[in-house]
Amino acid sequence: MSGSLTPVQAFLAERLGEQLRETHAFRGDATVVVDRERVVDVLRWLQDDPWHFQVLVDLTAWDRCPLEPRFEVVYHLLSLSRRERLRVKVRVPGQDPVVPSAVSVFAGADWFEREVWDLFGIRFAGHPNLVRILMPDDWEGHPLRRDYPLTEEPVEFQGHVPKVPSEIVPRVKPGRVDP
Amino acid sequence: MANVTREDLAGLERNVLTTTVERMLAWARSSSVWPVQFGLACCAIEMIATTTSKFDIARFGMEAFRASPRQSDLMIVAGRVSQKMASVLRHIYDQMLEPKWVLSMGDCASCGGVYNNYALVQGVDKIVPVDVYVAGCPPRPEALLYGLMKLQEKIRAGARGGGR
Amino acid sequence: MSLVRETLTINMGPQHPSTHGVLRLVLELEGEVIVSCQPVIGYLHTGIEKEMENRTYHQNITLVDRIEYLSSYHEELAYCMAVEKLLGVEVPKRAQYIRVILCELNRIASHLVWLGTTGIDLNVSSLLMYCFRDRERILELFEMVSGQRMMPGYFRIGGVAEDLPEEFEHAVRPFLEEFPRRLDEYEAMLTDNLIWRRRHEGVAVLSRKDALAYGVTGPTLRGSGIPYDVRKAFPYSSYDEFEFDVPTGENGDAYDRYRVRMEEMRQSRRIVLQALACLPDGPVITQDRKVALPPRAELVRSMEAVIHQFKLVSEGIHPPKGEVYAAVESPRGEKGYYIVSDGSNRPVRVRVRAPSFSNLQALPAMIRGGMLADVVVAIASIDIVLGDVDR
Repeated sequence: MSGSLTPVQAFLAERLGEQLRETHAFRGDATVVVDRERVVDVLRWLQDDPWHFQVLVDLTAWDRCPLEPRFEVVYHLLSLSRRERLRVKVRVPGQDPVVPSAVSVFAGADWFEREVWDLFGIRFAGHPNLVRILMPDDWEGHPLRRDYPLTEEPVEFQGHVPKVPSEIVPRVKPGRVDP
Repeated sequence: MANVTREDLAGLERNVLTTTVERMLAWARSSSVWPVQFGLACCAIEMIATTTSKFDIARFGMEAFRASPRQSDLMIVAGRVSQKMASVLRHIYDQMLEPKWVLSMGDCASCGGVYNNYALVQGVDKIVPVDVYVAGCPPRPEALLYGLMKLQEKIRAGARGGGR
Repeated sequence: MSLVRETLTINMGPQHPSTHGVLRLVLELEGEVIVSCQPVIGYLHTGIEKEMENRTYHQNITLVDRIEYLSSYHEELAYCMAVEKLLGVEVPKRAQYIRVILCELNRIASHLVWLGTTGIDLNVSSLLMYCFRDRERILELFEMVSGQRMMPGYFRIGGVAEDLPEEFEHAVRPFLEEFPRRLDEYEAMLTDNLIWRRRHEGVAVLSRKDALAYGVTGPTLRGSGIPYDVRKAFPYSSYDEFEFDVPTGENGDAYDRYRVRMEEMRQSRRIVLQALACLPDGPVITQDRKVALPPRAELVRSMEAVIHQFKLVSEGIHPPKGEVYAAVESPRGEKGYYIVSDGSNRPVRVRVRAPSFSNLQALPAMIRGGMLADVVVAIASIDIVLGDVDR
């Protein structure tokens, strides 16, 4: 990515070389995309001197279907002393959705990773207790995946099938000219 | 027999009332309905607000929200019922003793509300029989009180709740 | 014959008077002492994040209100800020000040609920009545502004829906004048009260190391001595123009968290007074017609306005492709929104960074080794909202 790198991004570019896939700072949010094998190392380096990203604010994922790799696991880090935020992303293929667990670096990653497993089906290798957290234990499927239906029930009328709420304002595909 | 005068008989009419056992029971039951604490989400906050001094549910005799379902008459389902909570809801309902009533408070409990998706039960009447529905998101405390008054009317109108 | 010792596993919740919602704790006890605690959540999971992927950006404002239902204004602010950041749209000053006023009033209202429910958990039931009496006054103000006591749906992308009504200032000043005396009453009743202190001091201690490791934010973090407040660290919506302190505790016990929240209520009042004094004039929503609806009067005069209105209502806004993260300081901690857009009129992913989720994760660390009665105090002092935990 072109544009000047922030000091953190430059540091990671130097350490990781090829395994740092992308960097950008869209709307001021410094972001790096790294290979999944190195993510725990990256988190550990960032936690140490001189970066002090001691707080894992959020660990989440999103489904990029139909793009490949299918999932992106997103870590939001915060440095209290330097008042800086950083976003670390990892791309995960759909057929083999495994990422090393960050529990050894941040204890708070525990529930976040359980939630990502529950809602997306991404496994975290090395997690002590990877079970469902939000859905019932016997639920099948991973609800936040794009191919999991919202499962809306239309209201029952006689002789008329109304629109379900998500169809009232239809989805307009991207590709419109941006403002 | 002592001498009963006409005034005595008139006095009797003023001081004695006759009714049926059903009516007496219904009056007693409707005047002291004890809800079970079943606040789930946002509607629970408005339910708590109903118990506080501005709206005062105590004037209806309903301020005793019991923690145990075995000591309560009414289940006010206040909030959204998720799939995980559905079995708990039924369990609590089953533990309540007859006669019991259910008041579905808010849109989420009545019909799924704003949410129509995989995670919520679209209306608590899929699981338990509901006597009164109170609409609103969340319903104002006055709306809940009106719903409770309707429930009192229903009780007095000779309705027995549950296992009918 | 040797003595066999077993621990007792009991279940607390999901229907329980003191869990502040549908939270289930599986506690392992040895006598009265807690050996381990496992929270089981998900009893209020509503699928809001998936629901938001199937609505336009504007329709989602009604959904986000109901996540952290005690502080809906903060929720709306965080969401609107994230979408505004994505669009690159500037919010007019008057709208920013109005947002600050309502958010700080909401902080006071939320802390009053915390105090009242903590009181009733510890059997100070009259405290619930007093706190809700004050909260009713704030809810009257909210009703005046947005039409609803809770779940206002008042903020819009680019500003707020309508200007404050004229009687608002006249109604809020008496409340703000009386409020410090009320807080003094509560503090006189509780702060040096022997029973309150014994039940709160040294109970549910959260060390700094644990707080940082679990990602705890808000008064729970500040009670442990770390002065992180999003309003000061990453100022948003003109907070850098107001003078206020961020109270911080020392020991990380429930008593410090109590002191922090009581002082926060006073500081919120201070911010509202400053904002009211310097409320600037001007529009209350951005004039960018691709983002905000045109005023009704313009629809009569201009065809373009009609077209913009039509497009916005029937399709919605189209933010550029990209992702943003925006955070506010809600009464419970850092409430963040991570929104991913692909250029269409619906977001691809809306992630709600819930402060109560992280704060609740620290609960087992807080109560291990404590007594069963302390669990009630611990849960009350973290101040969780289950709608936020489960979304």
